[in-house]
Amino acid sequence: MPSGNGRESPDTGTRPPVFLRIENLVKKFGAFTALNNIDLEVFEGEFVCFLGPSGCGKTTLLRAIAGLDIQTSGRIEQAGRDISVLPPTQRDFGIVFQSYALFPNLTVHKNIAYGLENRKMRRAEINQRVEELLDLVGLADQGDKYPAQLSGGQQQRVALARAIATSPGLLLLDEPLSALDAKVRGHLRHEIKALQRRLGVTTIMVTHDQEEALTMADRIVVMNHGVIEQIGSPIEVYRAPATVFVADFIGTMNFVPGRVAGPEQVRIGDIVLSCDFEGLSPETPVTVAIRPEDIIVEEARLYEGNVFQVRISALEFLGSFFRADLANDHLGEARLRADISINQVRSLGLSEGQDIHVRLPRDRIRIYAGAATHG
Amino acid sequence: MCACRATASAFTPGPPPMVSIAQVRRPAARIRPKLNRDDWLMRAFMVAIALYLIVALALPLYAMLSKSFEIYSFRLDTIEFQVDEGQGWGPPINALERGEELGIVRRDDLVTTADGRMQATEFFPDFSFLAPTRYRIRNTEPNTGGYMVRGQQFTDTEWREFSSNDFRRVTLRPSQTKGIGNYLVYFSTPALFSSIEHSLTISIISTIITVSLAFVFAYALTRSCMPFKGLFKTAALVPILVPSLLPGIALVYLFGSQSIVVKVLEALFGADSVAWVWQALDNGTYGPTEIYGPIGIVIASVFFTFPHALLIIITALSIADARLYEAAIALRAPKWRIFWTVTLPGARYGLISAAFVVFNLVITDFGAPKVIGGQYNVLAVDIYKQVIGQQNFQMGAVVSVVLLIPALVAFTVDRLVQKRQVALLSARAVPYQPRPMRRFDLLMMGYTGIVSLFILGILAVCQFAALIKFWPYDLSFSLNNYNFDVMDGGGWDSYGNSIRMALYTAVIGTSVVFFGAYLVEKGRGFAAGRTAFQFLAMMPMAIPGMVLGLSYIFFFNDPANPLNFIYGTMAILVICTVTHFYTVSHLTAVTALKQMDAEFELVSQSLKQPFTKIFARVTIPVCMPAILDISIYLFVNAMTTVSAVVFLYSPDTTLASVAVLNMDDAGDVAPAAAMGMMIFYTNALMRGLHALGTRGLMARTQAWRTR
Repeated sequence: MPSGNGRESPDTGTRPPVFLRIENLVKKFGAFTALNNIDLEVFEGEFVCFLGPSGCGKTTLLRAIAGLDIQTSGRIEQAGRDISVLPPTQRDFGIVFQSYALFPNLTVHKNIAYGLENRKMRRAEINQRVEELLDLVGLADQGDKYPAQLSGGQQQRVALARAIATSPGLLLLDEPLSALDAKVRGHLRHEIKALQRRLGVTTIMVTHDQEEALTMADRIVVMNHGVIEQIGSPIEVYRAPATVFVADFIGTMNFVPGRVAGPEQVRIGDIVLSCDFEGLSPETPVTVAIRPEDIIVEEARLYEGNVFQVRISALEFLGSFFRADLANDHLGEARLRADISINQVRSLGLSEGQDIHVRLPRDRIRIYAGAATHG
Repeated sequence: MCACRATASAFTPGPPPMVSIAQVRRPAARIRPKLNRDDWLMRAFMVAIALYLIVALALPLYAMLSKSFEIYSFRLDTIEFQVDEGQGWGPPINALERGEELGIVRRDDLVTTADGRMQATEFFPDFSFLAPTRYRIRNTEPNTGGYMVRGQQFTDTEWREFSSNDFRRVTLRPSQTKGIGNYLVYFSTPALFSSIEHSLTISIISTIITVSLAFVFAYALTRSCMPFKGLFKTAALVPILVPSLLPGIALVYLFGSQSIVVKVLEALFGADSVAWVWQALDNGTYGPTEIYGPIGIVIASVFFTFPHALLIIITALSIADARLYEAAIALRAPKWRIFWTVTLPGARYGLISAAFVVFNLVITDFGAPKVIGGQYNVLAVDIYKQVIGQQNFQMGAVVSVVLLIPALVAFTVDRLVQKRQVALLSARAVPYQPRPMRRFDLLMMGYTGIVSLFILGILAVCQFAALIKFWPYDLSFSLNNYNFDVMDGGGWDSYGNSIRMALYTAVIGTSVVFFGAYLVEKGRGFAAGRTAFQFLAMMPMAIPGMVLGLSYIFFFNDPANPLNFIYGTMAILVICTVTHFYTVSHLTAVTALKQMDAEFELVSQSLKQPFTKIFARVTIPVCMPAILDISIYLFVNAMTTVSAVVFLYSPDTTLASVAVLNMDDAGDVAPAAAMGMMIFYTNALMRGLHALGTRGLMARTQAWRTR
């Protein structure tokens, strides 16, 4: 497997079978390439998030999987069946849109029953199934209401119930939580995830919200400009972003320009840091990246193991922690930001203008070839 | 945090670097999506409706266009005669040379109409059918017009021999060629091309007057706090419910030589006073200034176009942004300045759009100038006169093409302007709320009151005229004028026909239009087809009714057309009317459909339901108000339209609106007014039912329409 598909990560020895296989998918709108050579495998029962900024192609990919906007070229296989050319009605999926798309003139009950009709099910069976689903999404007594009479969160649950009513093999969620306010969103996140676990349905969710992706997904597919930047578990994507884009897009990251100083050593300004990388010759320009929360303030003034002195040029209070701007003549132009806990700020009596010692743990430093362009 | 845009690859730790494997792959084959039954069904329906529009619109227009280039002229140079007066056959005589010798034809004046005939005997001044002379005739070229004997046409080059008794039955026929000859004739005949100037004049004047009056009216409705707004608006919309013939009839009653005003003046100031007024108003061009002529046409046009302009301007004025006014007041701008810098610019697209709509309505209108135009010829009436009066179909087609040009220009400009208006609408604005201002409100109420009174007055005059036994000699009331069966125009049957036609149009038209709009708006793929369809659906608006009607004659009355059988039936009237009013209906449907979530269809597909289900269960119920609007629009217009159907009715399918025209033409003005009022009452009743129906529907569906 050439690309970081996450499948080879050591902690997962036994994978469930591949449920959805996408090969060399390309989607063009006129001269614009919305998706370029997408390869992806989704395993059975897995919850996968497509994450990326708007216009990165994540929704286009979802719609190609659904057959709503069929790809220009490439192959999609679901449960061993080639579905590349099939219209949506001949595929097996349920879908929930950001707009919910609930039929306004049908009651909640009828909305959920919509897909169950014309399936040789008896009326009583349909009703029973709808009741079951209403129960499942916690709307047991709301069946006779119209969508407009429900809150946004409730509407989204109806949409979810409607999508899973026919027990599809694949559940597609297109930014399902974006239209909700923050509190409801947090709550629904858990519910959807719990429901997905319970049903074991393979699920793909499109989102531009990294927090949503990190909390809900088994694996995250980070996309940008129509290509996949990285595939991995939330922790992999956060801890070990494969590209500068991923590092920048997810969480907060310090990017500092540097040069290779020797084997497993880079230099920023006058400071030499040891870190893990391979195959770069000395003096190659690199970008050194570390997350603010990984920078450790040392109480003991030891000058070993990536410890050096910096001055706190600004200290910003952010509620549960302080964010410190760190500078040092030896660092040159570079600036670092560190997240320091309130306790530590208090116990060390940190304040602006003070000189402190920080350590950049070797295993938390990421090295990217090429100089970062500061925009 | 620095935003880094370098696409650098990661090195250890973590997953191995991403290597693009695109280079090693061959480009994959293009996917051809498989179509399911729904896709095929939708395409089939769309093709069917597009075919309808092609047959009912594009092909007739093409037929008309080619007709306007048909020239009929006698090819006398290809005809030869021989005469035997008992001494054997003489030398061949060329008909053209002979005709010029005799002075009966000129070489450059052989143009005629399709029905042109020339007697062969005209070339022999001493012809006598009793003489024993024998004649021979032949064509020197095959397939020219040839000649006819006892209903049989000969276009071959054989000599044929006739006794003098038979020779008098030989007629020469014109031959048909293509060319711009008809246009040359049109533009060299002042009686014809002066209509262009007339049409433009009355259209421009009517447009200026209507838009000004409607703007103030709309301003009063949207920007004042006067009472009875609903009442005034209803009164102002009344002209939509009557044929454009009706205001003309009312004006004749009001201002004609034996009119109400004349009688009142005479009663008040003596018999001479009126003559004196006429004299004073004499403008020298059209005889004494009288209501027959441009003034009458303009007044009638303003009457019937007023509601159209009003509706557009009300929309434009009601999207005003209150924040702009607050800003202007905060900057201490005086009121007149706010009006010029905020109000007018905000409504300018609406005003321009209204102006072009009114211009288009007036220049294509046939009813008002027909009734009250007198000797003042305009294009739309010229078509009628050429076709019905002179049976000169080619010239009718030429005038139609001429009339198409300003109508097309007005239509195009209107579409362009409306596109920009939509862009204005989408901005988030705080709606403007007028505040009571006693003097201003009273002024506005006075104005709207006068306009409403004038509009209702026109109707009152018609109703009054209809109930008077014999104006101005017997002023007792009677219902004699309702005895339509003894008048020209088709009698009460025509009223029944009109209602049937309007119902068919409403039901069939609404179904076709709404379904067509649905396919355009919600169809999947097939983009080229949908664009073409959209274009076809917009076309009818640019086509004047007279032009459409005439095109139908050319297309459907052609014996070679397999659809010839619908000519003269109710079907052709319904098809013509649906087509005539297609565009506005289509736009109404599209607007309603655009407001529906685009994802309904996708959800339905994901649930494996056919599109017919979502269409029936969701689309139609949600769009029901728009569907009702379309059907009442089609019904009302089918009741009032004259222009297109005037060429297409048959003795079995006479219509009420055409009966108004024909009775007025025959001098039965009071019965014409009576029939016009019947149309009004019918439309008013249907409007009322429509309002009740819509209100009931809204009440029933309130649970899901409102939060």
